[in-house]
Amino acid sequence: MGDPTLTVIWAAIIATGIAAYVVMDGFDLGIGMLFPRLKVGQERDMAMNSIAPVWDGNETWLVLGGGGLLAAFPLAYAVILPALYAPLIAMLLGLVFRGVAFEFRWRDPAHRKYWDFAFFGGSLVATLAQGITLGALLEGIEIEGRAYAGGWWDWLTPFSLLCGAALAIAYQLLGSCWLVMKTTGSLQTEARRVAKILVPFTLVMIGAVSLATPYVEDQYFSRWFEWPGLAVTIPMPLLILGVTYMIWRDLESGYDYRPFFWALGLFLLSMVGLAISIWPDVVPGRISIYDAAAPRESQIFMLVGAGVLIPVIFAYTAWAYWIFRGKVDEAGYH
Amino acid sequence: MADGETALLLARIQFAFTVSFHFIFPAFSIGLASYLAVLEGLWLKTRDDTYLRLFKYWIKIFAVAFAMGVVSGIVMSYQFGTNWSVFSDRAGPIIGPLMAYEVLTAFFLEAGFLGVMLFGMDKVGKKLHFFATLMVAAGTAASAFWILSVNSWMQTPTGHEVNEVGQYVLAGSWLDVIFNPSFPYRLVHTVIAAYLTTALVVGAVGAWHLLKGHDRPGVKRMFSMAMWMMAIVAPIQILAGDQHGLNTLEHQPMKVAAMEGHFESFESHAPLILFGIPDSEEETVHYKVQIPDLGSLILRHDVNLGLEGLDTVAREDRPPVGIVFWAFRIMVGLGFLMAGLGLLGLFMRWRGKFYSSRLLHRFALLMGPAGFVAVIAGWVVTEVGRQPWVIYNVMRTEDAVSAIGVPGVTGSLIAFVIVYFSVFSVGTWYILKLMSHPPSAGDVEPQGPIRSAGITPAAIEEKAWERGEDE
Repeated sequence: MGDPTLTVIWAAIIATGIAAYVVMDGFDLGIGMLFPRLKVGQERDMAMNSIAPVWDGNETWLVLGGGGLLAAFPLAYAVILPALYAPLIAMLLGLVFRGVAFEFRWRDPAHRKYWDFAFFGGSLVATLAQGITLGALLEGIEIEGRAYAGGWWDWLTPFSLLCGAALAIAYQLLGSCWLVMKTTGSLQTEARRVAKILVPFTLVMIGAVSLATPYVEDQYFSRWFEWPGLAVTIPMPLLILGVTYMIWRDLESGYDYRPFFWALGLFLLSMVGLAISIWPDVVPGRISIYDAAAPRESQIFMLVGAGVLIPVIFAYTAWAYWIFRGKVDEAGYH
Repeated sequence: MADGETALLLARIQFAFTVSFHFIFPAFSIGLASYLAVLEGLWLKTRDDTYLRLFKYWIKIFAVAFAMGVVSGIVMSYQFGTNWSVFSDRAGPIIGPLMAYEVLTAFFLEAGFLGVMLFGMDKVGKKLHFFATLMVAAGTAASAFWILSVNSWMQTPTGHEVNEVGQYVLAGSWLDVIFNPSFPYRLVHTVIAAYLTTALVVGAVGAWHLLKGHDRPGVKRMFSMAMWMMAIVAPIQILAGDQHGLNTLEHQPMKVAAMEGHFESFESHAPLILFGIPDSEEETVHYKVQIPDLGSLILRHDVNLGLEGLDTVAREDRPPVGIVFWAFRIMVGLGFLMAGLGLLGLFMRWRGKFYSSRLLHRFALLMGPAGFVAVIAGWVVTEVGRQPWVIYNVMRTEDAVSAIGVPGVTGSLIAFVIVYFSVFSVGTWYILKLMSHPPSAGDVEPQGPIRSAGITPAAIEEKAWERGEDE
């Protein structure tokens, strides 16, 4: 079994990876879902160009999430993936469509509208699947021995669908704020308009998921409504309200950069809330990180690499974002 | 067939399908990334714009192929868990860290620098751009290193023990796990195969344009580079393959027995069966054409030494013979044809007909897809030949599968087949469309006007091509 300290470190690394994925691919997928709203031609091209140089790197965090879970918590990987078989396969297929659309739409102007639709549909399916996955995981999955023992459609519940819808709206907010930051002209005006509409919807969705969560598992209820959880439960809604207000206010005041960073803050707050609910479990209510951890030798070996490489990855990722900083110019990159 | 068996078979088909489809793209992009680095490096060194033209030509093709490789690759990182969860749980402590290293050293490197490589030439300057190209190439190579180490450990597992919950965990050093006995051979053989695959494609595109009469400097240059690769590297690959085979004989003799179609053992003077129809039921090869003694000579380098046949293990421990036998012959046959193409290229150079010989150009064109067929056939040999084990002599494939019912595996398999065939055939068609135009002068015009809104480099090139602009 794993070393307890290393297990916590690895849980933090995987959580960081998943958080990085959610915010980075979040705005990519959000832009995909916004695509039908954008005018064919310059608006869509500009939106696409604003993420074309970085989407592949963003998606790599998803591979780290999957690969890292296998490496650091093999039992959790072996239980969660079969349990969420259908939504995960749907997510992967959705990502196929939207990933190839980045290149294919430029290669074939005659069929560009189909690839634009694939970009939209793939993004929507992938996002819904991710939200459903999270919801189903929060509701808990049935286990026997070291394997998933539930049925086919266990993941399909009102709560998981709610999480899917919530994520779709939140990603669109992030995506529209990204466009406000990175673009100009009619596209930026449209993105700002959409973002302002999405702000209250996002707030309602966060509220709905937060209110429902304590009731899907007793564990969450006691976490949130008993001391010391109350210390977080009371300020959390205020913080979320405050940050949401700031997004709206800065959109209204004509700021370009601020709304996106406030939106990132909103995501981070939500993820902190999530962590409070499930810590220290990896399969909530069933398997703790300590039960699922890889042996100490595996943890140490990986930690050497991760300790050196993750900072390097952050450095060159930041560099790539820096190269393509500022507004996407008319010319675009393609 | 019981439900469990059907589900197992479907899960195996699904893995084989998704991984084969996936591997087509890295097999091409590993080689192409290195080729692009060579082209850009030569351009920086010589300032010969022909190299830049070729770089800009191939990078568009690379971008499309790479996108398909990425999306089909993400599927693979989840297939282990969705369909092979018992394997993931038990082997995770060994293979998981290696795959985590693949993500950390390879995938991030490729993806992080890809944006700069594809879109950043005007933004970062030539040297930094070359650095980005090198990093992408290094990423593809690092990826091959780690994933082949994982695969090789499943073929020749070393350095592990079993813990109290049945997981395989480290016993000793990680170096024993990573550099397991078959790894160096498999790495060399596979990476060379990727280079050859790319060279065959580049050569075929060059040959196509030469046949069409587009004998421009760029076309000639790429054809010549590809044919040098073929002449030098194809023979090296045959030697590397031979060494890999000897290594397999040492560690997985039943795989070699299946490749050779040897149902019975030989004390000495084992023949080499060239062709025939293996029959696992009757344990014989029908209509076989064989050369006496050559099997012992090739595999043992001595006619007086013998070879173990499939009869040395129980039937349930044998791999399927027919598919391994045939896939092996396809791979080897294509390998010799590649060497033949290289030789013909040398001969035509010597005769001064290198750019005019239609025979050479037709042969090169015909061999364009040969690399893909050969690498897939090679993987069939090594993976089917490992059966019935998922980890050789350690864990059986039937014990590795997730408890997913038939409807689930069937549904997902159908979805993968439909999506992969439709999406990736369209992508392949786009690649062929890009290849159908020769590299043109339009590619190296000053950057400003060429990159105007909504007009892609390909579109401009098409226009230049239609106007009949030439180098």
